[in-house]
Amino acid sequence: MKTMSVRVTINGEAKEWTIAPGDVLLDVLRREGYFGVKRGCDTGDCGACTVLLNDRAINSCLLFAAQAEGCELLTIEGVAQGDTLDPIQEAFLEHGAVQCGYCTPGMILSTKELLARRPDPTEEEVRDMLAGNYCRCTGFRKPIEAVLAAAQACRAKGPKKPARAAKAGPR
Amino acid sequence: MSRDYNVVGKRLKKLDGFKLVTGRPAFTDDIVVPGLLYGKILPSPHAHARIKRIDTSKARALPGVHAVLTYKDVPRVPHTTAGQMWPEPSPYDTYLLDSKVRFVGDRVAAVAAETRALAEEALRRIEVEYEVLPPVLDMEHAMDSGAPVIHDEPDSTGIHDASHNVAAYILREIGDVEEGFREADFTFEREFRTQRVQHCAIEPHVTIAWLDSDNRLVIRSSTQVPFHTRRQVAMILQIPVQRLHVIKPRIGGGFGGKQEMLLEDICGALTLATGRPVKIEYTREEEFYMARSRHPQVLRVKIGVKRDGTIVANHMKVLATTGAYGSHSSTVQGNTGSKVLPLYRAPHMKFECHVVYTNTPVAGAFRGYGCPQGFFAQESLVDEIAQELRMDPIEFRKKNIIRAGDIDELSAQLGEGKQGLPRHIRSCGLPECLERGAAAIEWERKRKAPQDPRSHLRRGVGVACSMQGSGVAGIDWASALLKMNEDGSFNLQVGASDLGTGADTVLAQIAAETLGVTLDKLVVYSSDTDFTPFDVGAYASSTTIISGGAVKKAAEGVREQILRIASKMLELPPENLTCRDNEIVTKCECEKSVSMADMALHAMYKEKVQIMDHASHFNTDSPPPFCAQFAEVEVDTETGRIRVVHLVTAVDLGVAINPMQAEGQAEGAVAQALGYALSEEMVLDGSGRMVNPGFLDYKIFTAKDMPKLTTILVETEEPLGPYGAKSVAEVPINTPAPAIANAVFHAIGVRFRQLPIRPEAVLRALREKKTHEQEASAAAAGVRATGPRRAGRH
Repeated sequence: MKTMSVRVTINGEAKEWTIAPGDVLLDVLRREGYFGVKRGCDTGDCGACTVLLNDRAINSCLLFAAQAEGCELLTIEGVAQGDTLDPIQEAFLEHGAVQCGYCTPGMILSTKELLARRPDPTEEEVRDMLAGNYCRCTGFRKPIEAVLAAAQACRAKGPKKPARAAKAGPR
Repeated sequence: MSRDYNVVGKRLKKLDGFKLVTGRPAFTDDIVVPGLLYGKILPSPHAHARIKRIDTSKARALPGVHAVLTYKDVPRVPHTTAGQMWPEPSPYDTYLLDSKVRFVGDRVAAVAAETRALAEEALRRIEVEYEVLPPVLDMEHAMDSGAPVIHDEPDSTGIHDASHNVAAYILREIGDVEEGFREADFTFEREFRTQRVQHCAIEPHVTIAWLDSDNRLVIRSSTQVPFHTRRQVAMILQIPVQRLHVIKPRIGGGFGGKQEMLLEDICGALTLATGRPVKIEYTREEEFYMARSRHPQVLRVKIGVKRDGTIVANHMKVLATTGAYGSHSSTVQGNTGSKVLPLYRAPHMKFECHVVYTNTPVAGAFRGYGCPQGFFAQESLVDEIAQELRMDPIEFRKKNIIRAGDIDELSAQLGEGKQGLPRHIRSCGLPECLERGAAAIEWERKRKAPQDPRSHLRRGVGVACSMQGSGVAGIDWASALLKMNEDGSFNLQVGASDLGTGADTVLAQIAAETLGVTLDKLVVYSSDTDFTPFDVGAYASSTTIISGGAVKKAAEGVREQILRIASKMLELPPENLTCRDNEIVTKCECEKSVSMADMALHAMYKEKVQIMDHASHFNTDSPPPFCAQFAEVEVDTETGRIRVVHLVTAVDLGVAINPMQAEGQAEGAVAQALGYALSEEMVLDGSGRMVNPGFLDYKIFTAKDMPKLTTILVETEEPLGPYGAKSVAEVPINTPAPAIANAVFHAIGVRFRQLPIRPEAVLRALREKKTHEQEASAAAAGVRATGPRRAGRH
């Protein structure tokens, strides 16, 4: 089988993976042990496989791994600092926004992107953002509350380094 | 309520929350298994066919393909896939693999190969010659004489009437409904239709099986029922239960879809055939047409009332289809009768139901378990009756609802697969649910609010109410094992299967409260057939009340042991001591105490005893939680779109062990129910193939679609529940659909009796209404004044 290599920075670490040209990013991430990236549909509908690619939330089931060449990836495994949770993760726990937890990594990463872009989002903006992350457990009231609370917590922590302007995607 | 609890009733974070928000490997597929093969099932392309010839040689010849199984290679053991107590009340009409296929998606063969691509290639190389049989797709013609017989095999058992495709038949009566209708001043009869929908857990079904070093078959699976699965797989593969080890890790949602032995048997068979670990996971598309769904029903409801609004007779006739196999067929439909009709006191009640086979995707357990169908019909009709009698829908309900002190005799007749037990209502907060819900939606004001005549948008509010159960009376049981460690922490091992519901946390809260410790002292493990004691699993709203009852008993046993040892250490009688805040303290003012940690260390290394206990628990009754739901809708008369503006759920759940999680359960149920009401339907074409097996065409409610939600926990004290708890996870899924339908009537004056209520149907109905009104006004030009509208006797 033909193989190729792809170099990425993932959760701050430089990695080089051997892949087949047709490998989908979701499959490669799970194969490489990033189990927090979930499979829910393989068709880009449910958002369980959400990761940040150059600070943009994408469905990793819709991207060839090769397209991530040279990109910066963030998966849920890279969101907390050791055992110290990110304010978004804290807010999700505090507000009961986690039930089965299968869609949670995707929701948290989408939130991460949103808050980098919009530190003070309206509820409507939060709903728009979460619309790409299907959840069958919560009914979304608590996740929406959690995102709004996380936004407030992030703002209270003072201005973080300005979010880097999103690079053009690899598609 | 005036309660003095430290852990119970608190909005505590989930114990497993940290690993879930950090994405730690916790789910079935989050492990690396060396040598893992990929398993795949060849689905039938036909709704009804016999396999005349099947040739697997080309698939077997493919390098990297390790096994190809057909019906010729596996034992033929009739069974049910329903994850129920033994002996299961569902018919034994299913086979690991069979020479006949009965729906599009039925198993034809299974392969195990080195990669997914190879497995898919192997499937393509299997040559099958089918004798295509005429299918039965319409449940209303399944019993016709001359209809094709779906289960013509001689070895299936427990089918009510296989020759007429009747999986199950139910007839129960209290009093005499015909007499009741004679006593009634008015009778109302209507027909309702509900559709086939799916659970849509975001984690599709997945199973990994391997042989351990003792040659035992280990099955790691996304299941709600590990113990039933162990028993069923042992029977199907004809190996001893002793040789099986079923592990339930974290589950990515189930909702009843995983109360089913669905992949474990075939995955185990492939593992035995290859000697290698095998994984089978459904794609989303396979999940849609190969997994389970909610039973579609046609319901005819006839209710007789007195002039003052007293219901005297209630007759429900149901036709339901279970699809190709009878999983949960009698019990889901039994619930449609036993949980729905007794909500209203009536001396005469009758429930009659045929559950028929069709060559369609298989139905099964789904949150609500037969109640959403029944309550859609009953609550819609009750609303219509109230309107005809010119009574407020809330007042009409309050007049008729079951109340504390009542005994529901219909439940005694509709037990799970056998004679049941009468249901004594010991706690009932339904009147309070109706009152607080009405206040939250501003019922009085909004019922009277005039429509804006210039606007194409019409607003309306509607109400509906329901009840459920808390475990299956006399059948469901659970056990728990609790042991203390030398640092004052505890291992709580339960067979109860947290599938994302928060059960682990709730059970730990019950243990911690009983032990007088903080929640962080509990380490919960669920569930594993080798390491946790038996539990029926997560279904029938049983976990909090039944598994929680077992946990409470085990914790009481442990507490007794703790006090005994502490009494030696403190030189005080145990009855003078109590456990509080991770310490054993004196009840009086003598101020002697020892920490749990010191006591535990002493017990382990000085007394040389393991402090531990286990307990089993079951109830002979199933206390119902109650729920009233209110919907405010806005109907666009130009597009037919129904927008739900606000959905209020007021639920009597007994005592909320964890209010935050209880609210989450209610709100999740509402989200599923909104899809049931307005958007979700598994659509089959004329050949029985599902045409929308993906989230693009099967629309579930997203964050963008959800209305404003208000959740009110109405607490009552249930004597049979641990710390007064009942259940909460199912009941709020029952009535958003009728509440919305009733609100839509309030808005535009049209009743919808078929789900989902689509914009097309709304527009069509509005056009018809307009035509009728024009005809009526034309006719009225001659004859004027017909007097007040009267309820008809028909």
